[in-house]
Amino acid sequence: MTPLIELKGVEKHYGDYHALRGIDLDIRQGEFFSLLGPSGCGKTTLLRTIAGFEAVSSGTIRIDGRDMKGVAANHRPTNMVFQSYAVFPHLSVAENVGFGLRRDPRSKAEKARAVEQALEMVGLGGYGQRRAHALSGGQRQRVALARALILEPKVLLLDEPLSALDKKMREQMQVELIRLQRQVGITFILVTHDQEEALVMSDRIAVMFEGEIGQMADPETLYRRPASKRVAEFIGKMNFLPADVRRDGGAIEVDVAGLGRGAIAAEQAPGGVPVGAATVGLRPETLAILFEGEATDRRVAEGVVDEVVYYGDMTYYDVRVPGVDRPLNIAMKNLIGRPVLDVGTKTRVAWDERALVLLPG
Amino acid sequence: MGLREYATTEGGRAATLVAPPFLYALALLALPILAVVLFSFWTQDFMTVDTSFTLANYREILDKPIYTMLLGRSLMVSGIVTLVTVILAFPVAYYVSFHVQPSKKSLWLFLITIPFWTSYLIRVFLWKVILGYNGVINSGLVGAGIIDEPLSFILYNVNAVIITLAHAFAPFAILPIFVALEKIDRSLLEASQDLGESRVTTFFRVTLPLSMPGLVAAVLIVFIPTIGDYVTPELMGGAGGKLIANMIQTQFLQLNNAPLGAALALVAMVCVTAISLVFVGLNRRWLRGR
Ligand SMILES: Nc1ncnc2c1ncn2[C@@H]1O[C@H](COP(=O)(O)OP(=O)(O)O)[C@@H](O)[C@H]1O
Ligand SMILES: [Mg+2]
Repeated sequence: MTPLIELKGVEKHYGDYHALRGIDLDIRQGEFFSLLGPSGCGKTTLLRTIAGFEAVSSGTIRIDGRDMKGVAANHRPTNMVFQSYAVFPHLSVAENVGFGLRRDPRSKAEKARAVEQALEMVGLGGYGQRRAHALSGGQRQRVALARALILEPKVLLLDEPLSALDKKMREQMQVELIRLQRQVGITFILVTHDQEEALVMSDRIAVMFEGEIGQMADPETLYRRPASKRVAEFIGKMNFLPADVRRDGGAIEVDVAGLGRGAIAAEQAPGGVPVGAATVGLRPETLAILFEGEATDRRVAEGVVDEVVYYGDMTYYDVRVPGVDRPLNIAMKNLIGRPVLDVGTKTRVAWDERALVLLPG
Repeated sequence: MGLREYATTEGGRAATLVAPPFLYALALLALPILAVVLFSFWTQDFMTVDTSFTLANYREILDKPIYTMLLGRSLMVSGIVTLVTVILAFPVAYYVSFHVQPSKKSLWLFLITIPFWTSYLIRVFLWKVILGYNGVINSGLVGAGIIDEPLSFILYNVNAVIITLAHAFAPFAILPIFVALEKIDRSLLEASQDLGESRVTTFFRVTLPLSMPGLVAAVLIVFIPTIGDYVTPELMGGAGGKLIANMIQTQFLQLNNAPLGAALALVAMVCVTAISLVFVGLNRRWLRGR
């Protein structure tokens, strides 16, 4: 099946500034795709080249098999939800939502019904006659969504749509956006700098750094098997440990400073296998503190609690292990009967070689 | 509470601040207007003013066609000047707001105001030089062989008044329109294109409606003072281009009939106020509480 959106070698220069450096992307029909990266990495620029607001310096963009070169924004099968929502202040909510229906051949009454349906879909049923300027941030965003979805685009582009909302509202809208996307079956491309948001919402994520794609994968792969230190750092928390890597036939053997030797599978080195000095990563939740008398079949290292951060449902410990240069960050669920350790407590740390990720760079 | 304490309260401080301009306005604006109102109900009796209350002046204004004709011509000239000025000012404001680099915008605004460094009177005379029988336009066109006879429709008539006034008020129209255009969130224009509108239709569906407050301000700023303008029609209007302000001046200074002049001034003022209020009202209803 050919992808719905296909980017090949897309470059963008702003004068001397190289904003996009050879972007290759395939996005499938019906996918919820996210562009994730730190502020200024070029996410908005990439989205705007797809929407048709910026011309590419070189490379091609195809949507539904059609080359978009020279096709203006108003003739592309895409619609956008702007970061500022861009709700027209001089129009009512219904007029905003119906803005793109001017050339629609349907009758006035049918269009009005479509507008009301679109408003109901985003939870704004009955708000049609309100003035747009009197809406809250969350409501404006829903208007912007309805206004785009009513046109049934092939692709909906969303530029940090949730970043202006407070935490509660943001989480609620995340769920609603996922529901909406499944309901309408339209391909969504979401731009965000919030890794959690990307993990929660997306089928696939492209992580961008400085105009390049660092890694493109589904959320689980991205989290469990980051291909580089940069990606691992950007998504979630990660302990980085120096290690020595050896290849023994097909097997990959790592000697992790302070923890010991272990064998890893090829899939634990998604970024390739460097030989010699390297870095391995361990997520905090793959490590465990062993409480008094607790037994384990995992590997064990001795250490001392250096810092305790209590989160309610979780406690994060920093544990100093001899031979490891930085304290290991360990996440523990606060289960019934489990104490919160004090700083200075001697403890044992369980680790598992299956959780290791070999990280080049 | 003594005066001293009152002066330190919020309201007291505000009152202290506005008191001087308020007194100034009272002495130089309200009192003269009151005097004009009073005068308009009196009559001139050769060298003295008869102070008995009468509507004779207003009756005369209604009865004699010359006054209503002049008033009508003034309204028409002001209307045309306003239309021409605003229509010409809009593209200039649009260009500066949308196509000039942000860092160069203030320079452009500065350049637009340069002609206003010379006095109004001198600029009117300059237009005489440009539009005159042997002026720049006519000698140019004759010299180029495009016309044989100098054009006569551009001096000492209503056209000349309109051209001169439109130029004089251009910056006053450009600035409010520019401000309104600057306030338009550019992502609204992109949103419109994203929703299928071309640049042209985006202009009519988004840019123009959102610049309405600036357009209305420009219309009022041009329309109100041009009705009362006296210098330009005096110098450029010839016999057929005189307006109501010239008649008021004539009544006051030449015919020595201050009461009739006062009544004319009041009638003109009421007309302007009424038209302005209609405009403001339409604007408010149209923009529905924005
Ligand atoms: N029109 C422009 N002219 C010059 N530089 C730009 C322009 N638009 C974006 N940039 C630059 O390109 C880089 C990427 O911007 P952007 O795509 O907005 O980043 P993001 O959305 O990932 O935060 C930034 O450094 C920004 O300054
Ligand atoms: Mg951005």
